[in-house]
Amino acid sequence: MQVRRHQITWWERIYIPAIVRALAITLRHLFGRKVTMQYPEERWQFPEYFRGFPGLVRDQMDRVKCVACYLCEWVCPPKAIHIEAGELPAGSNVEKEPRVFEIDMLRCINCGYCEEVCPEQAIFMTKEFEFVAPTRGELVFGKEKLLEMGGVISDPIMKWANK
Amino acid sequence: MTRADLLRAGRINAPEEDEAKRAVFTSRLEKLVNWGRKNSLWPMPLGTACCAIELMATVGPRYDMARFGAEALRFSPRQSDVMIVAGTIAKKMAPVAKRIYDQMPNPKWVIAMGACASSGGMFRSYPTVQGVDEIVPVDLYVPGCPPRPEALLLALMSLQKRIEMETFSGR
Repeated sequence: MQVRRHQITWWERIYIPAIVRALAITLRHLFGRKVTMQYPEERWQFPEYFRGFPGLVRDQMDRVKCVACYLCEWVCPPKAIHIEAGELPAGSNVEKEPRVFEIDMLRCINCGYCEEVCPEQAIFMTKEFEFVAPTRGELVFGKEKLLEMGGVISDPIMKWANK
Repeated sequence: MTRADLLRAGRINAPEEDEAKRAVFTSRLEKLVNWGRKNSLWPMPLGTACCAIELMATVGPRYDMARFGAEALRFSPRQSDVMIVAGTIAKKMAPVAKRIYDQMPNPKWVIAMGACASSGGMFRSYPTVQGVDEIVPVDLYVPGCPPRPEALLLALMSLQKRIEMETFSGR
């Protein structure tokens, strides 16, 4: 099969009409709708389902909801979560609490499995996603930082309060 | 030790020496050069995986990295200042990444973008480099899988702040 090549005409060869057409497009965008988000001042509106980085939550009685069951550590695909359980004194309703709860944010892939697997609804995907650090150690978040990120979620059931 | 002893031992500088170090000219030149450097950071996109898509979005009109003077993505390391490692670095890619870093002219900076480049991410396995800092010195780590363009812009802004602090002798 013979392909007919398009012969470039003199009008096309001087390129000026093409440049004028391109500049017309540029000019149109100059007066059109502005699409650029002025980032540090202007921020994106999150949809409800947005997953940032995980954080631990407290209930309305200021109790850390996590009971150190290790399910999130087990399910975490990049193994970003590190938990060390500590025993609570006898007489309390729960046996264990996390003594160390660390999430390596550089490993975290925002998959949300930890939130999904948590039987105590103690870990949630927060809306926070902007972290920058000059060292890797600074992005391994400990329990305090994670609790600060998670905040308080009031629990209507109060599973451990009335037992 | 008294001040005179310290001076003799060379631990502190004489007042006139200090004065010379604080001389107006060098300090101003440093500031001017740093201002020029921080406002014309040309990135070298080492996009090896999905983070590169977010990198493209950052350069695009919506997030517009050009507002920070970093719109000219140079695919030649010879013309770039900051290497943005966006994506998984496999063992086979590691020598290439190292060579690209070596080919960049000084001064140069590295941003490790995303989980894979920063720490290996979910690829905890032998064919993946567990963090690009095993092969090149990294200035800033950006977590996320992939990080949103805002996070990368934040990294760029903090890199600019760091460049402002730099001195000629400190590099």
